[in-house]
Amino acid sequence: MKITQLSVFLENKPGRLSHPCRALADAGINILTLSLADTHQFGIMRLIVKEPQKAKKALEAAGCVVNLTEVIAIEVPDRPGGLADVLMAIEKSALNVEYMYAFTFRRADKAIIVFRFEDPDAGIRAIQAKGMNVISSVELYERAGK
Amino acid sequence: MTTNVKPAACVFHPASTPDFLPAEQLQHLQLERLQNMVARAYNHVSLFRQRMDERKCKPQDMKCLSDVARLPFTVKADLRDTYPFGLFASDMRDVVRLHASSGTTGKPIVVAYTAEDVQVWTNVMVRTLAACGCAEGDIIQNAYGYGLFTGGLGAHYGAEGLGATVIPISGGNTDRQIMVMQDFGVTAICCTPSYFLHIVERAGEMGVDLKALPIRAGVFGAEPWSDAMRAYMEKAAGIKAYDIYGLTEIIGPGVASECREQSGLHVFEDYFYPEIVNPQTLEPVPDGGEGELVLTTLAKKAMPMIRYRTRDITSLITEPCPCGRTIRRIRRIGRRSDDMFIIRGINVFPSQVEAALLAVEGTLPHYQIVLTRQKGLDEMDVQVEVTAAFFSDKVSALESLHDRLSSAIEHTLGLRVKVSLVEPHTIERSMGKAKRLIDRRNEKTEA
Repeated sequence: MKITQLSVFLENKPGRLSHPCRALADAGINILTLSLADTHQFGIMRLIVKEPQKAKKALEAAGCVVNLTEVIAIEVPDRPGGLADVLMAIEKSALNVEYMYAFTFRRADKAIIVFRFEDPDAGIRAIQAKGMNVISSVELYERAGK
Repeated sequence: MTTNVKPAACVFHPASTPDFLPAEQLQHLQLERLQNMVARAYNHVSLFRQRMDERKCKPQDMKCLSDVARLPFTVKADLRDTYPFGLFASDMRDVVRLHASSGTTGKPIVVAYTAEDVQVWTNVMVRTLAACGCAEGDIIQNAYGYGLFTGGLGAHYGAEGLGATVIPISGGNTDRQIMVMQDFGVTAICCTPSYFLHIVERAGEMGVDLKALPIRAGVFGAEPWSDAMRAYMEKAAGIKAYDIYGLTEIIGPGVASECREQSGLHVFEDYFYPEIVNPQTLEPVPDGGEGELVLTTLAKKAMPMIRYRTRDITSLITEPCPCGRTIRRIRRIGRRSDDMFIIRGINVFPSQVEAALLAVEGTLPHYQIVLTRQKGLDEMDVQVEVTAAFFSDKVSALESLHDRLSSAIEHTLGLRVKVSLVEPHTIERSMGKAKRLIDRRNEKTEA
């Protein structure tokens, strides 16, 4: 049920963002979604791709520092309050969300949100116990359709 | 107290070298060579003659070894001032080789060797490699730069003299270095410690496990490196990492070397006479005390060097070494008297910054100190490369690392400095030496 996410360290200066993206492009890897975290000092780009190991190799060959983390993708009703309900359920399970971001694609009335929990297995158990849908990587890549 | 312990069995017999001579015999040899060398320097090099005359010191005054202290000092500027050939004591037709040190500012310094000097150099490099556990049958990858730099040819002649197989690959092209290391069954490598660190990193990126390869020894010199860096490289590559010492002005590599004990570097003092002096007063420091290393060559023909101030800070170890070598040891050189910089009135050595960085778990010593002056105030920026070992997808984890690095440096120096986390390979990698300090304080700031 877990999805492998790539994180790339970025120095906070012009041109640093295009470098890893170009490396992935040259390796023929499509980015399914990404999020950027930035401080005044440095940034972290987090990405979901279909072939994380291949992407890691390509990025490292381009001189990037890469880290692989397991995250989970949760279906969220695409309506006002949809995310708030999910978050409330998570809060009740006493799980701490490290960070989250959305996929660019959806299906029917569902959006897909990536969640990073300290313990992804505990996250999956809690989400499923609440009757919500955790999307497997296979299903996710199929939905991405590329 | 141990006296002469038998050396470990190996094909090359270090016991037949002066490394194991009883002290009285060694001193006798040193004095004889000193007298000849001083006479030669006095008769053939006008600078030495003039300086000795000023001190009312004649070659025949060298009655015992302690008379070395009567001789004038020589400093790097003397080599620059007499550029290119002013300190040569041999006719150019007897000089078979010239080397030069890279001069970052102005002219380089030029050094000369007669055929006999090359033999001496080979001899001390054979003894260096033997002390580092190398022997006939070893396959030695020589990744010191070949050329005007003394490292490449010095190690090359030594390895051949030892009867080992030399791969003269020189520095650079790291992927090929790793391929050769794998395919040629390399058992030992000679290079700068910072370049080996780079090889370790690159091998990791390429998925090559150096520990699984036959390589078992690293002969590292030409720049100071820390014990923590040694521990890291030994663990990561499954080798023993030995520190060797030398300088172009004296001969190149081969002035001193660690042995299997890795506890101080044996000075090949039958050829290079060591003294420790206080760098401010130039007075001799009592045995065991810390000070600047001063070296006098005892047998160099083409370019003898009298009391050369190395700027390297160390101390002499007088206790006998368990390896059985009787020649004295110097402690590993952690800092140079001219590396020190002053920022906001505080004396700082780059090695202090390195120690602070290493104290923070998981930090590899790839760093650079950049000094700038902003609105009249000196600023120090310590740039530290982020590696996969401590990179995290979480901002909080990286910020915590940053804070730990800052406070470790602040704690060590008593000075608040800026710490920047930078991408890997952004700090210039030396195929030769790591440049740890960039001082831009006297540059015009961009408008």
